[in-house]
Amino acid sequence: MSDLLRIPLLALLLSGGLGLQAQGLQAQELEEQELDFPELTGRVVDQAGLLDPATESRLSERLAAHEEATTEQLVVATLPDLQGVTIEEYGYQLGRHWGIGQQEEDNGALLIVAPKERKVRIEVGYGLEGRLTDAQSSVIINQTLTPAFREGDYARGITEGVEAMIQVLGGEPMDTSATASAPAREQGPEGPASILFFVMFVIVMTLVRGGRGGLLAGMLLGGALGGRSRGGGGGGFGGGGGFGGGGGFGGGGASGGW
Amino acid sequence: MLTRYTTLPDPRVWRFVLVLIMAMLLTGCGVNNIPTYDEQVKSAWAQVENQYQRRADLVPNLVETVEGFARQEQETLTAVVEARAKATSIQIDAESLDDPEKLRQFEQAQQQLTGALSRLMAVSERYPDLKSNQNFLALQSQLEGTENRIAVARRDFITAVERYNTEIRTFPGRLWHSILYSDMPLRETFEATTENADQAPQVEFE
Repeated sequence: MSDLLRIPLLALLLSGGLGLQAQGLQAQELEEQELDFPELTGRVVDQAGLLDPATESRLSERLAAHEEATTEQLVVATLPDLQGVTIEEYGYQLGRHWGIGQQEEDNGALLIVAPKERKVRIEVGYGLEGRLTDAQSSVIINQTLTPAFREGDYARGITEGVEAMIQVLGGEPMDTSATASAPAREQGPEGPASILFFVMFVIVMTLVRGGRGGLLAGMLLGGALGGRSRGGGGGGFGGGGGFGGGGGFGGGGASGGW
Repeated sequence: MLTRYTTLPDPRVWRFVLVLIMAMLLTGCGVNNIPTYDEQVKSAWAQVENQYQRRADLVPNLVETVEGFARQEQETLTAVVEARAKATSIQIDAESLDDPEKLRQFEQAQQQLTGALSRLMAVSERYPDLKSNQNFLALQSQLEGTENRIAVARRDFITAVERYNTEIRTFPGRLWHSILYSDMPLRETFEATTENADQAPQVEFE
């Protein structure tokens, strides 16, 4: 092979290698600038240590049940600090980093609490913006979350805030007429109805998907029952759910402080 | 036999073609980067426009609500209405995205609306009835949410343009750019990249 050919070949090979490298670098760069994100260890990531284990596992179960019923992924994150950026800036990047929500649906939402900065935010994925609107998120923050946080009762605030989010996502807007706290409480425990729904879901899955679907549904059922019978703390991820599926966030939601 | 041999190209040419094909296979990644990033820039821009439009759509409702409680703030309200009219009159589609002058005009008009809106929100602080009005509170949180979406969309747009420009300026992309995509120019982006640099200074009353 002549030298004439060897040089362009080398150049092309080299450029290919460099191209790959550059792509890798840029992909990292694009994702986020110098922010450190906690690991997604469960549906409740209590980095700031605001919740007792019992509340945490109760919340996890509630959130897991909600995902099983609707495929919507809700995650609670408490942060030791915001690393010098605003909670709005941190929130959407955390959502993208974790990829909360199903990829096609972008149906994830985060409840972020930063006790050091006394800031709270409901970060809403693209797919849920229509129901969990900015206005509704703001009402949840002002009526449910911040009053409880002001009293230092993080566990109550977060629990009721999550209930309120689920209520709003279920198509039942917050009552804005009174500033009375937590109408979400009256909703009652999600007992037989959700189990019935779930059993039907499993049956439909089995019928539709055949053998493989049955396996998947079985895994989901196993996960759900495991979570229900007060299983391990942060775990309880529904089997084939693909938690953190890659949902998109564009800065929807609302923030508040206390 | 002899004739066929002569019509066949020189074996060196075959080798060259083979090498070229191999090289193309091995460096396949990179050829499509520029158009891919270009599309991403365009879709990021579409998002920016969307969010600004969303804000513009909120304004009439907001103005009407504030007017109901604070009729004497006519000047501030008019400023908002005018700024909105101006901002919505400048639309940039993907084709005219390369025109830095137009981008600057767009930016300026939107900034004016941002300023007018923040003055309006500051003024409304003086009216307790307005501040406790549910409709107003909802609009206020929608406006805040939209401003935040705008900030996110702008940041995404800036990142996309940076990536696109970097690809054109750095080595493998530069090569492809000069061979295949010389019609795709470096793109302009927003100048204000720092937090809140795009917002007019907040007016404080008492």
